[in-house]
Amino acid sequence: MATTTRRTNVLPGFGLTLGFTLAYLGIVVLIPISTIFFKTFTLTWPQFWAAVASPRTIAAYELSFGASIAGALINSVFGFVVAWSLVRYEFPGKTLIDMMVDLPFALPTSVAGITLTAIYAGNGWIGRYLAPLGIKVAYAPLGVVVALTFVGLPFVVRTIQPVLEDLDQEYEEAAATLGASRLQTFMLVIAPALIPALLTGFALAFARALGEYGSVVFISGNMPMHTEVVPLLIMSKLEQFDYAGATAIAVVMLTASFVILLGINVLQRWSSRRLAA
Amino acid sequence: MASPMQNELKRPGTADPPAVRIALITIALLFVALFIFIPVIAVFAEALRQGIGVYFAAIIDPEARAAIRLTLMTAAIAVPLNVAFGIAASWAIARFDFPGKQLLLTLIDIPFSVSPVIAGMLFVLLLGVRAPLGGWLADHGIRIIFAEPGIVLATIFVTFPLAARELIPIMQAVGSEEEEAAIVLGAGGWQMFFRVTLPNVKWGLLYGMVLCNARAMGEFGAVSVVSGHIRGHTNTMPLYIEILYNDYQFAAAFAVSSLLTLLAIATLIAKYYLERRVVPVKTEQDDLAVKVAA
Repeated sequence: MATTTRRTNVLPGFGLTLGFTLAYLGIVVLIPISTIFFKTFTLTWPQFWAAVASPRTIAAYELSFGASIAGALINSVFGFVVAWSLVRYEFPGKTLIDMMVDLPFALPTSVAGITLTAIYAGNGWIGRYLAPLGIKVAYAPLGVVVALTFVGLPFVVRTIQPVLEDLDQEYEEAAATLGASRLQTFMLVIAPALIPALLTGFALAFARALGEYGSVVFISGNMPMHTEVVPLLIMSKLEQFDYAGATAIAVVMLTASFVILLGINVLQRWSSRRLAA
Repeated sequence: MASPMQNELKRPGTADPPAVRIALITIALLFVALFIFIPVIAVFAEALRQGIGVYFAAIIDPEARAAIRLTLMTAAIAVPLNVAFGIAASWAIARFDFPGKQLLLTLIDIPFSVSPVIAGMLFVLLLGVRAPLGGWLADHGIRIIFAEPGIVLATIFVTFPLAARELIPIMQAVGSEEEEAAIVLGAGGWQMFFRVTLPNVKWGLLYGMVLCNARAMGEFGAVSVVSGHIRGHTNTMPLYIEILYNDYQFAAAFAVSSLLTLLAIATLIAKYYLERRVVPVKTEQDDLAVKVAA
């Protein structure tokens, strides 16, 4: 089988490794994923519609999509500033920050959840200063935004950072030599080169936030219609053994995730073409 | 690559005005402090709030030890399996051309785009006692959902792409010349693997293992769905934290959290240094391929 490649390939192990890869992929990922679609086909249309379009579900979609977009936007702005500072400037503690930016990847979500709740509760380190101003973070929709900003933070920084490092500074020098101000150079030379990476980072942070459960469950308070995100709604349906309802909502969310994944793939191809050009 | 400071001295055309620089650095520091450093400090402050005695009592509690044991066991099964998969997949994908390769890469990424709650739910639907397969297993005395095997399966699912995703670009970047030379000179397949391939990708392999391990020990949502919360029996550390927290045992919840936070910090330090060991392997032209695939 190894010799079916165009160039004669002397390396061994193609059949063994591809066979193992496909078998393991099938058992661990494809068979479990397929069950959700089989389960959906056992639902009647009214059953499906009742689950995915009930007022409680609609409220959960609105909060999940709204808070995920808000978190991804916050990360796009501040993540860009962090990436820019890390690549372009020297300042004390830079290595430490570069190292710790990935904390939301590495910290278990339940730890993040209880910690953010403790900080933003009415008597918490930050919450106590916000409470007198009438700003409620924990057990309110704002808390969901805080949690989703936390989990999405590394995505924007880590997609912009390598692009910024590879950006050829000669173009900026050329712009400066030709009389552009630094702001003009930024807007007309640097920003266009970063847009694909910024969009990719936004989409990755958004996709991650949409499915997030652990860090949201503690800080949101889980009030139906008010602070209940979609993964929480699925969880509460599972706890009531309403597998049909949970499946229907999960199919909607999976479809949304796959559309975003497709979008990210297209963006990355666009981005790599730009890098190559 | 020249450091930014040298850039500013040597390349005045690329320097920002000092006021802009100071403002941006300040904003970056405040943002990172707010979302990264304050939470990390808060974990330890809350854990030690009732004194060091309560802290250690919480960690050596039998239920805490059972949770730590299950977490370690889960990682000890999930990580080697997914690393073995990562090695096999990266060998097939980086060394051979075959139809459907792009599709395979997309399929490997699926667990990244599935919400942890949905990931756990997949296994409940497949292997719960109400499902045909789960019912059949239950009739034969094999319980998977609401038991340890379910936790291990859900963990394997959510950590599935991590090792493969790190190894594929590294394997591509290293190139196959040395391996081809070994084969032409008469080495056997396993000989080539252990003497050439493995030493070439060892840092990337370790990097993949570290990431996979951190996620395996910290997974919460997926594991929460399949565990059924049987106290002291099917609790991993992240689940045990939830139970303590909901019992208002905050100091104990944060004490167990502090262990996972230390693991996260160790992971980040390992990641930082391993990334720098992985990089020299890359050559200029492969740099792009690595980025695109990553």
